[in-house]
Amino acid sequence: MDIKSIFQKSMAAIFTDHPYIEDFLTSFGLLPTPSNETLEHYFANLDPDMLEDLGISAEQLQQSFNDFLQGMLAISDPMDKVKSLTIIGGHDKSGKQENLELTLNPGEIICIVGPTGSGKSRLLGDIEWVAQGDTPTKRKILINDQVPDSKWRFSTEHKLVAQLSQNMNFVMDLSAEEFIRMHAESRLVTDPEEKVTQILQQANELAGEQFSPDTPVTSLSGGQSRALMIADMAILSKSPIALIDEIENAGIDRKKALALLVKEEKIILMATHDPILALMGDRRLVIKNGGIDKIIESSEAERKNLVSLEELDNKLLALRNRIRTGDTLENI
Amino acid sequence: MRFLTISGPPSSGKTSVILRVIEALQAKQKKIGVVKFDCLLTDDDKLYAQKGVLVKKGLSGALCPDHYFVSNIEACVTWGHENNCEYLISESAGLCNRCSPHIKEITAVCVIDNLSGIGTPKKIGPMLKSADIVIITKGDIVSQAEREVFASRVKQVNPGAIIMNVNGITGQGAFELTSLFETASDIETLKGKVLRFSMPSALCSYCLGETRIGEEYQTGNIRKMEI
Ligand SMILES: Nc1nc2c(ncn2[C@@H]2O[C@H](COP(=O)(O)OP(=O)(O)OP(=O)(O)O)[C@@H](O)[C@H]2O)c(=O)[nH]1
Ligand SMILES: Nc1ncnc2c1ncn2[C@@H]1O[C@H](COP(=O)(O)OP(=O)(O)O)[C@@H](O)[C@H]1O
Ligand SMILES: [Mg+2]
Ligand SMILES: [Mg+2]
Ligand SMILES: [Zn+2]
Ligand SMILES: [Zn+2]
Repeated sequence: MDIKSIFQKSMAAIFTDHPYIEDFLTSFGLLPTPSNETLEHYFANLDPDMLEDLGISAEQLQQSFNDFLQGMLAISDPMDKVKSLTIIGGHDKSGKQENLELTLNPGEIICIVGPTGSGKSRLLGDIEWVAQGDTPTKRKILINDQVPDSKWRFSTEHKLVAQLSQNMNFVMDLSAEEFIRMHAESRLVTDPEEKVTQILQQANELAGEQFSPDTPVTSLSGGQSRALMIADMAILSKSPIALIDEIENAGIDRKKALALLVKEEKIILMATHDPILALMGDRRLVIKNGGIDKIIESSEAERKNLVSLEELDNKLLALRNRIRTGDTLENI
Repeated sequence: MRFLTISGPPSSGKTSVILRVIEALQAKQKKIGVVKFDCLLTDDDKLYAQKGVLVKKGLSGALCPDHYFVSNIEACVTWGHENNCEYLISESAGLCNRCSPHIKEITAVCVIDNLSGIGTPKKIGPMLKSADIVIITKGDIVSQAEREVFASRVKQVNPGAIIMNVNGITGQGAFELTSLFETASDIETLKGKVLRFSMPSALCSYCLGETRIGEEYQTGNIRKMEI
């Protein structure tokens, strides 16, 4: 759709076809009504004194509106395809060169391991910023073998990477359903209600304990919030690269969670200390003193051990459930 | 000298973010000056002085701090220039949501935090709505989805701005922000510059809608800093 035709629509049509325009106007303190007046006429006839009181000039409002509309229309543009992500090594904290060029492809899971403070989050940060030698590590990131357009750095419509951060707390005063709806609306998905239902259902499958849609987000347990955020990322995010910072804490079905995230053709980088998650990865980058020190390919023997690790994990999970339901653990 | 105006609601993390940027600029041996404007009291000047940057502090007392800002910023810029600062940063507490220190052609930054509530972006006036760069802090306290929802509310009221998440404590995002400071407006004086938006209702010529900066435009109740 082009911008010009939107300006010729009546305010009534704007209200039904483009509710986000009504939201935009009300967020500036304006009170539009669904009349027969065209949008163009509406803008041209705003009272300058009223705008002054609202702290905006007609010129700036128009400029903001154009920027807003362009952003909104861009959301429905297809995302550029990412076929590969290349990390060109920089140096560690002591200046020692990394000497590596590492190319990652969609569908791959790469784990990042290393002690606290070693530089795991910094590596994820370099990728998110598509660093070009302008971060302390001096790493460079290529997309499809090229220095990417710097629009990736600031685009909110087409983010290159989606992050699942360590922190899963909420402060907003909303129910789980309201929160997810607001998030879906901010992404302008075509069928927000359907997505909200899907996310809540998936989250409940991942969480150890069920929660209802009207639970305030602030009273979700750690596991429930984590499950909600993983389902949200899997279903709402279109970003071709996913960065996951330490999701291991108990309370969710990690294997299901990862399977849900990998389902789409994404490149996944995951900072983790969890042996099960680490073995599910194709490779592990070992970070030491701020640099990538070693790359370990998950071996056959390791994959075999994954089976017994999972058995161990399921056993623990079953014990946890018995404790939760008031059982004793005299016979395990 | 690269000059930027930084404002934002009280305790949103302005000083913390500026300190992280100062660290990154000092690593490149840059000379930096900071001017802090506040209303009644501030200790921010001490924090800046500890970093070894040049500091000026101005307290507006009974005046709206943004009005006080505009009557003094020209002299502050001259001060920074005479002291050979390569960067001059002004921090002002946005106490009144209607006024804003942002000047046309001068890189304008607004700092707000994730904890302030989703209704806040639309309540803040030109300080946020006319900024070139919006920094959102305290992302470490909330989930990624909540950060995104908050950022989308900011984008709604200032769709043309660069919006960045920066952590004022760990400095995550500060290198990235510093790269934007390195391309900020480069000036020697504020002569001939104009505010982005007028500041009505108070006691001086700027209360009456004046936007031009300069001694000759300042009438009424004007207070001057000691420089
Ligand atoms: N958790 C967290 N706390 C932060 C962050 N940024 C700042 N803070 C804290 O927020 C409080 C206020 O930060 P300041 O940097 O002093 O805020 P300010 O905007 O300069 O405040 P005034 O100048 O007094 O208006 C301090 O306790 C900071 O440590 C952040 O990213 N995360
Ligand atoms: N190669 C490097 N050179 C300089 N500083 C680095 C380097 N790698 C990491 N750092 C810094 O070290 C600190 C800790 O790194 P971080 O990524 O937070 O560690 P982790 O996530 O592994 O706990 C950060 O301040 C980061 O910017
Ligand atoms: Mg970390
Ligand atoms: Mg401060
Ligand atoms: Zn004011
Ligand atoms: Zn005044």
